[in-house]
Amino acid sequence: MTAVSRRALRNFDWLIFGLVLFMSISGIMTIYSATRVTGTGEMPDFYLKQISWLVIAIITLLVCTSFDYSWLSRLSLPLYITGIISLVIVLVMGRSGMGAKRWLQLGPLNFQPSEFFRLVFIIAFAFHLSRLQGRLHLGNIIKAAILFLIIPVALIIKEPDLGSALILIFVFFITLLIRGVRKKAVIILIVIGVISVPFLERIVWSQLKDYQKNRLVAFVKPQIDPSGIGYQIEQSKITIGSGRFSGKGYLKGTQGPFRFLPEKHTDFIFSIFAEEWGFLGCFLLLAAYLVLLLRGIDTALKAKDMFGKLLSFSIVIMFFTYFVINVGMALGMMPVVGVPLPFMSYGGTALISNFAAAGILINVRMRRFKLFY
Amino acid sequence: MNSENLRKRITCSGYIIIILFLVFLLRLWQLQVLEGKRYRGLTESNRIKVLNIAAQRGIIYDRNGKSLVKNGPFYSVSIIPGAAQNIDVHALSSLLEMSETDIKSRLSTDVPPFETIKLKEGISFNEVAYIEARRSDFPGLIIETDVTRHYVYANVGAHVVGYLGMPGPEKLKSFKSSDIPPNAFTGKWGIEALYDKQLRGTPGKRYIEVDALGRQLKIIREDPPQKGEDIKISLDIDLQRKIEEGFNGRTGAAVALDPSTGEILSLVSLPSFNPNLFSRGISSSDWEALNRNPDHPFLNRALQSQYPPGSVFKIIVAIAALDENILPAGFTVKCNGRIRYGRWVFKCWKRSGHGVVDLHKAIVESCDVFFYKTGKALGIDTIAKYARKFGLGMPTGVKLVHEKTGFIPTTGWKRRVYNKPWYIGDTYHAAIGQGYVLVTPFQQALMISAIANNGTVYKPTLIKKTGPPEVLRKIVLRPGTLETVKEALRDVVNERDGTAYWRARSDKYVFAGKTGTAQVIRERKGKTRKETPERFKDHAWFVSFAPYNKPLIAMSILVEHGGHGSSAAAPIAKKAMEYYLDQIDLAKNQANITGERR
Repeated sequence: MTAVSRRALRNFDWLIFGLVLFMSISGIMTIYSATRVTGTGEMPDFYLKQISWLVIAIITLLVCTSFDYSWLSRLSLPLYITGIISLVIVLVMGRSGMGAKRWLQLGPLNFQPSEFFRLVFIIAFAFHLSRLQGRLHLGNIIKAAILFLIIPVALIIKEPDLGSALILIFVFFITLLIRGVRKKAVIILIVIGVISVPFLERIVWSQLKDYQKNRLVAFVKPQIDPSGIGYQIEQSKITIGSGRFSGKGYLKGTQGPFRFLPEKHTDFIFSIFAEEWGFLGCFLLLAAYLVLLLRGIDTALKAKDMFGKLLSFSIVIMFFTYFVINVGMALGMMPVVGVPLPFMSYGGTALISNFAAAGILINVRMRRFKLFY
Repeated sequence: MNSENLRKRITCSGYIIIILFLVFLLRLWQLQVLEGKRYRGLTESNRIKVLNIAAQRGIIYDRNGKSLVKNGPFYSVSIIPGAAQNIDVHALSSLLEMSETDIKSRLSTDVPPFETIKLKEGISFNEVAYIEARRSDFPGLIIETDVTRHYVYANVGAHVVGYLGMPGPEKLKSFKSSDIPPNAFTGKWGIEALYDKQLRGTPGKRYIEVDALGRQLKIIREDPPQKGEDIKISLDIDLQRKIEEGFNGRTGAAVALDPSTGEILSLVSLPSFNPNLFSRGISSSDWEALNRNPDHPFLNRALQSQYPPGSVFKIIVAIAALDENILPAGFTVKCNGRIRYGRWVFKCWKRSGHGVVDLHKAIVESCDVFFYKTGKALGIDTIAKYARKFGLGMPTGVKLVHEKTGFIPTTGWKRRVYNKPWYIGDTYHAAIGQGYVLVTPFQQALMISAIANNGTVYKPTLIKKTGPPEVLRKIVLRPGTLETVKEALRDVVNERDGTAYWRARSDKYVFAGKTGTAQVIRERKGKTRKETPERFKDHAWFVSFAPYNKPLIAMSILVEHGGHGSSAAAPIAKKAMEYYLDQIDLAKNQANITGERR
């Protein structure tokens, strides 16, 4: 056993670890720059909080690499049930903020159950799929949807957290497709999907809060712009564009400190980064994310079993979806859906959850060799 | 097989990821490299705002250097837009002593970005201190200091000095946008409007760094404002006040000119208004009251009201008769109080008649019969020619307001408009300044000033100029014409039988003048003057100049419904001219004394 650990340690993936560290340190630097308050000299402590979160996150990552990931399959059921319960609790006694109930107060800490849940969801779902044989038929899919999709998505939309719910749905279906679905089932799924779109649209639309409707309307028709959402997109584009090729320089950005860009240290952190580091910096940052994702894909290819493959792949898809929605929004290519940029945006639960996911990725990669059995 | 397919699918998703990253990279290239310059500019304009600093408006002085206006501080309570949502309206309403609904409606007004929302204007200094002490409870609340215009003499001369107001949108468009801050007050009336450009000055600019809430962070650069030019106008504010007081509450108009320069010494139109009401936006109730006033305080009666000239017009007829040389030497008329023409009877104002009257006596005692006959001999078209020579029926060129030109009838006009021939009776009426003839008080002043100045008319001006006066026209007449008329005008005031002897004669100076009575209704059947209601009473005229030998002031006075010219208008002129000439003597004496000391 110790031999296994030593061997595993030798295989610790410093690339993934280095990349996520690079991203989160860039994130902390950008948070510092974005939350500066010009004129008064006061400095909000967002960046300090994020540094302490990072310390916890690194420990979490190391813990997640320390055991064989196959243990997770045994834990998947209790973990998943805990996740669902936490989603129920947040609806009952969650703390409201920005028109949504997303946080649980745990002593001095604010805990965001949906951030925790998406990890639990991936583990449980990957385990569930890995135990099925052959290509999936419709029955498999309906069962999986009831277990892993309808219940959590309904709970998360109720918060409401549209972004997380959409990502969950997306990860669910992509993972299914990758796992392999019978052609007939794919066709039926598509037909059902097309037919149900108008109904779903109506149901989802009626569930949306006004600000969410505004965002969608503003994306489709920016000139209507009911509540200044178009303003956010426009300001984000201005912020990014103003960085030009080489950026304004670190701490030289104005859009964040002068409050022209809202949500500057959370949802729009990429814009602030782009303003100060320019196209060059963005190229480097994008490259880092791309390498991370491709390393994850590679891990999925090389993983020794189906559970490991699906686990690492769905982690990649989750990172990717967050990344695309967040950066696409900042670039004005997608509607404003408030999701954080993995590893960079301010927020403790998300950072820890993402580091845990990265840890699992490393774990799968470390233990990819079917040896010593 | 299955695992091979899985491999393919995973690899394929890897390619999709790479493609999406390339798309993002292209988008970044577009935003940052292709359009980066434009966006950089936009962040600059986001951050730096240019605020206008109001320039101090120039001071208006009267001819003796007395300041007619002052610029004083004006405080208002405002709130910066970003703080408006979080303010405690209830507490604010007790602090500002305003109703909550009033505050709420002001808070919800749309202001341009980086402008403040005004909550209460024109608070006193004590209120400023009171609010300042409690300001920390209301983040975003600020006291703004502005400059306001104080009109030292209030109602006196208001028609000339004018007032300020918010420029209308079309006026704003006519200004160069940088020239004038959007909420600045500009001249709306009088000198303030006429010389607005000089008085206004150039606003300064303050470049400030602001955040998205409109909070000022620091001043980057400041171009100081340039104060507007001071203007010295020709008005003598003390003379103006003297005349206005002379009216003693009655409505009317008066104009005093310096005949040797054309400078307007006084321009009175009563009732007047208080321009201080407008200094920071007039309240709607005050505005209503002014507009509803049946006496129309905004009407400039000196330039915009037309009245029949009454007997004053006899001066023109007399000049015409002398210049045309239609009166044989020693020509006299016997006045027995009336003249018959066909079945009509034209009365002289003096029922018992003036007896044998020559031109001199006709002017001095204002005999109507003499002028009926002289007018008939001249014909209306000849009279009209002379009236125009003296500027009656023609614009005076004073741009203070849109002036009325008065009216001088001719035979051609009557045929054209009424399709009727000109009757001799019409000439009779015109010859004594009734009927169709209409003049403004300013025209009357210009006319008497021309006579005082022996035919040379200077362009009337409101500005005290240093250079030589501008000649408007020279009236050339047969030698001796004006002298004869002037002598008669002197005796109107200085002969015992003169119509103005009892009311206008001065012990100190030799005045010349002519009374007039403009009929409001044609006939007063069987009613004495006292029974006539005020609004049907005749208007009283008096035109005059002094001193007789070297005229320094020429005036016309019209008292609406004042009754007879000698009783209502002449005393005002006497007081005013005595005052004015006293002041000039005083100044001369002082100059002599200081001269002797040297």
